[in-house]
Amino acid sequence: MTVFDIVKIFGLQMRAGKDRLHEEVTGGYTSDLLSDVIAHSRKGNVWITIQTHPNIVAVATMKELAGIILTGGREPDAETVQKAEEEGIPLLVSPLFTFELVGKLYQAGISGMSPC
Amino acid sequence: MLRTIRADLHIHSCLSPCGDEEMRPRAVVKQALAMGLDMIAICDHNSAENIASFMGVGSEGGLTVLPGMEVTSKEEIHLLALFNRQEDCMALQDLIYQNLPGENVEEVFGRQTLVNEKDEAIGVNRKMLIGATLLPIEQIVSAVVSFGGVTIASHIDRQAFSLLGQLGFIPEGMALDGLEISARTSQEEARRRFHSYRRFSFVRFSDAHYLEDIGKSFTHFLLEKTTSHEVNLALHHQEGRRVLEQ
Repeated sequence: MTVFDIVKIFGLQMRAGKDRLHEEVTGGYTSDLLSDVIAHSRKGNVWITIQTHPNIVAVATMKELAGIILTGGREPDAETVQKAEEEGIPLLVSPLFTFELVGKLYQAGISGMSPC
Repeated sequence: MLRTIRADLHIHSCLSPCGDEEMRPRAVVKQALAMGLDMIAICDHNSAENIASFMGVGSEGGLTVLPGMEVTSKEEIHLLALFNRQEDCMALQDLIYQNLPGENVEEVFGRQTLVNEKDEAIGVNRKMLIGATLLPIEQIVSAVVSFGGVTIASHIDRQAFSLLGQLGFIPEGMALDGLEISARTSQEEARRRFHSYRRFSFVRFSDAHYLEDIGKSFTHFLLEKTTSHEVNLALHHQEGRRVLEQ
């Protein structure tokens, strides 16, 4: 499944990174602590969070994530959108709260990683 | 003339919901003096309403009490703001109050007691001081600077409510004056772990919520006067002022 598929299936709104929607998604990670995402997310993961700070783009770039989905209808900060455009990181928004969205993504076949 | 100042600039009063009820002006000032401190700052969560009483008792007893606040950003980062003048701290409080939703639930978070200079309770604050403001961290830092204050990121070595825990790294260009290391991390370990942030001054304060914790962690500054302005000079190694190594 690609980021594009996720956007289509779940009706996500795009805020940045339209050019990179065809990357294959390797799995998902959910956390609002950026230090935790740096420690545990994997390359190609889609990251679900409520953090809207520009640092999320830097974390996604560093970890080579497939995209960031903001939940609960939260909008990214203006600077976050700009950085995501520059870095080519798909930045998406869902009106669903994290629990609901992650449940749906899991049902659609996107899984996380076991801790060990 | 420059002299060594022992400072604990992160102390909560009984106004913080998590602060012990005994954290009242006379008791705190007495304990601070007993611990050999020259200067303290009262930094309650998102409020400075007890500041005046503490400053009054401090000046009577010969202890400098700086007005301060521990602000919670929208990203749930704790930031210390220190001032010289009470009115500057109150200007920050106005901004915080306009952006701090919710009402305190005393049974869950604790009582938020307002006190006078005699350590008597004179009321309670009803705002949810333990909550997060709606303001991004950068905006809070800019506001503190514009009100003439000093900004120090709280307990960066902790996972919870810290700049590094919440945001992973310090965003470029953030006008912070210093970084606080909590008592749970040694100076040596801090230097190793936060080597990439050595451009900032590291300081150690107690983050006391109980009388017995006041001054347990402190920083020695080389200053001429006990003001936040002098602390700022020390944090930036200016005009001979500096943070002394532990």
